[in-house]
Amino acid sequence: MTTTPRWRALTHHHLFWPVAVLVILLLVNVPFTPDFFAIKMTDGHLYGSLVSIVLFGSPLILVAVGMTLVIATGGIDLSVGAVVAITGALTCSYISDQADQSALSGVFLALGIGLVAAIVCGLWNGFLVARMGIQPIIATLIIMVAGRGVAQLITDGQIITVNSEPYKLIGGGYWLTLPFSIFIVAAVVAVTVAITRRTALGLLVESVGGNAEASRLVGIRSMRIKIMVYVFCALCAGIAGLMISSNTSAADGNNAGLWIELDAILAVVIGGTSLLGGRFSIGGTVVGALVIQTLTTTIYTIGVPTQTNLVFKAAVVIIVCLMQSPKFRAKVFGAKFGGKQAAAPAPAETAPAAEASPKMEVS
Amino acid sequence: MAEPLPVLEMTGIVKEFPGVRALSGVDFRLFPGEIHALLGENGAGKSTLIKVLTGVHSLDGGTITLNGTNVRFASPSQAQQAGVSTVYQEVNLCPNLSVAENIFIGREPTRFGRIQWKRLRREAAELVDRLGLDIDVTAPLSSYPLAVQQLVAIVRSVGTGDADGQGAGTKVLILDEPTSSLDRDEVLELFALMRRLKDEGVAILFVSHFLDQIYEVCDRMTVLRNGALVGEHMVRDLDQVGLVQLMIGKALDQLEELHDQQLHSDVGELLLKADGLGRVGGIAPFDLEIKKGEVIGLAGLLGSGRTELARLLFGADHPDSGRLTIGGKQVSMSAPNDAIAAGVAFCSENRKTEGLVPDLTVRENIILALQATRGWTRPIPIAQRDELVAKYIKALDIRPANPEARVGQLSGGNQQKVLLARWLITQPKLLILDEPTRGIDVGAKAEIQKLVVSLSEDGMAVLYIAAELEEVLRLSHTIGVLRDRKLVAQLANGPEITTTRILETIASGEHQ
Repeated sequence: MTTTPRWRALTHHHLFWPVAVLVILLLVNVPFTPDFFAIKMTDGHLYGSLVSIVLFGSPLILVAVGMTLVIATGGIDLSVGAVVAITGALTCSYISDQADQSALSGVFLALGIGLVAAIVCGLWNGFLVARMGIQPIIATLIIMVAGRGVAQLITDGQIITVNSEPYKLIGGGYWLTLPFSIFIVAAVVAVTVAITRRTALGLLVESVGGNAEASRLVGIRSMRIKIMVYVFCALCAGIAGLMISSNTSAADGNNAGLWIELDAILAVVIGGTSLLGGRFSIGGTVVGALVIQTLTTTIYTIGVPTQTNLVFKAAVVIIVCLMQSPKFRAKVFGAKFGGKQAAAPAPAETAPAAEASPKMEVS
Repeated sequence: MAEPLPVLEMTGIVKEFPGVRALSGVDFRLFPGEIHALLGENGAGKSTLIKVLTGVHSLDGGTITLNGTNVRFASPSQAQQAGVSTVYQEVNLCPNLSVAENIFIGREPTRFGRIQWKRLRREAAELVDRLGLDIDVTAPLSSYPLAVQQLVAIVRSVGTGDADGQGAGTKVLILDEPTSSLDRDEVLELFALMRRLKDEGVAILFVSHFLDQIYEVCDRMTVLRNGALVGEHMVRDLDQVGLVQLMIGKALDQLEELHDQQLHSDVGELLLKADGLGRVGGIAPFDLEIKKGEVIGLAGLLGSGRTELARLLFGADHPDSGRLTIGGKQVSMSAPNDAIAAGVAFCSENRKTEGLVPDLTVRENIILALQATRGWTRPIPIAQRDELVAKYIKALDIRPANPEARVGQLSGGNQQKVLLARWLITQPKLLILDEPTRGIDVGAKAEIQKLVVSLSEDGMAVLYIAAELEEVLRLSHTIGVLRDRKLVAQLANGPEITTTRILETIASGEHQ
């Protein structure tokens, strides 16, 4: 083997492949849009493709970060898209009923109402999964389906538009030359990393997802932890809902956050968190969400016809997933890139194999 | 007996894992028509050697020759094609399929892409018949006990290549601890099958922790220690004491001293009291008192209620009746948390399903119980955590001594030590050990028993469950005897208590 230790350490870092894919996707844009990486300052605001990717990707990052913790406990949350719609609908309908839509007190109350609704959805999901023992995919399907109906009820089936300057800031405003939503995302990601890694929450979540029965027998209160992550996931989806409705100054019960749950799950998987639960990576998820958003942008810049862009997207996703599989890399590029499977299995691909294989002895 | 050429020869085998040299220059040879035991403590490199041979792990150095030609298998299926088959401890078959389907799964005889069911059944029946087994090949595998399923797994691996005449037929059969979940009669049946295969010229590599079995069935043995070859001997040339010394590298007569030491040590005041504690379908209501520093051994057959009793004391199952008092306070046993808060710790007999979180590191697994009692908001300070983990890795001699290693990659004995460390750092008052020495080697067994004695001397109460009566007898102050899910007797240990006496109590089910 001729690779240097430093290169090896780099290629074996759990973020290497997601980041590599992101960089490649970004570079693909350059021949089509030569000033792709350029960032211009206009009217005190920064503009450019990179800024747009983060701006348009913000709701997805939020939802995916929440989803990561749910998936780490071995669950899944399909209801996030509906929660996005409900939060946006409630908040906008409250603001639109105000005489002065730009009054700060009214806007703050509206935000509160929307987020409380999201938390209630999360509590319901958590209750069904942790307390009643319903399979997460079924439990969260309830709000996924019924939630859109609730959002339509709130908006009377109409698209509610608002005209509120303070509300517009969340998803469409600027602060310190950057889109304000970038700061919201940064804050949520920082808070999530802090509460999972600065406390023992991350360890306990990974333990519950890694082996539920063993966790019960060491005295981890897994019911509480599960309820907590579903609430957190719904809260993240709620903030994303505020952002999406704020960006368009409108609440669309039908289309807001449509299919975002699938993109979010994909982002989590691309980021290296196994759908079986256990080890998770918030950083990986953020990169995964950026990959998906970059892909969407790329589809537009290279001019893939709109009718076929889902097929194109699917093709890229398949390639990304294959690139992340150590087994596939070993087959195609030789063992050098495959890594030692037994010694360092990547979470997404080899976790089930490691479970099933008979015990290993080292030393 | 003139020695023929070895069918398999491994020379200078080297295998490295990150931070560990698992095998350093091991030589191994296997002759046709012999049963060859591969011996060594947990972590000595037995499984690694097998995995290198069968292509599960890649080779970092050395050569393997099969029938005189150099080979290097990239996968177990490649090895199987070449005639090297493995049967693992856990049966990896499909219980819902028939025996015949299981035997030929993945290599069914086909014509025009369709499976020839008649031929499949006929050939399976012939194969089973040839090997002298009485199994209906059309019955679903799940209708047979585990032991028979194990035999089917062996038949399956022996039958490789028979279906279409492809492949070489099995020359080397590897049995990795096939007997650990079998009873005596089943073991005899397995041995009969092994001898029949041996007579057909198959070379069998046999791994087992039961030394008696090695002496019963094997011809030759190779001993490994710490990833290096210690020696190759004919079984008839080396007695058991000599073998154990080879395996652990030091004499092992301290175990007998443990017994005397334990008999003369005192126990303290009352710690735990169970009044009519019971659970329908688990264990009949029982009374039990455990004192500080006391070791209570539970003896009884498998399924007699040993584990069920322990689980009630820990709150792993919910009792239907009775009361439990720990340290003078009544404890509501609705969940393990209550027991843990009262100072009870429980190492389950099922390390994998109820103990370890395989994806997490050694360090994370060790601190899990302590962290759970503190709740998620109060993480153990990093310095304190690292110090605790390092202390217990050293005290229990966990290998590799790397807190970052994934616990799923450790050997059985080391995994057991990780679980012990997990509970010891919570400083429990009562430690429940359910089969702590099962599936681990002689050296680790002795270490764990010594640990139990020293813990009890320090005032910790221990509830010790083991299938091996000698262990229970050696360590316990009091022996609880179970039969048919009932605690039938509690015997104070003393010179007059022997394994025979305990067996009689189990058989008669009465106080004497």
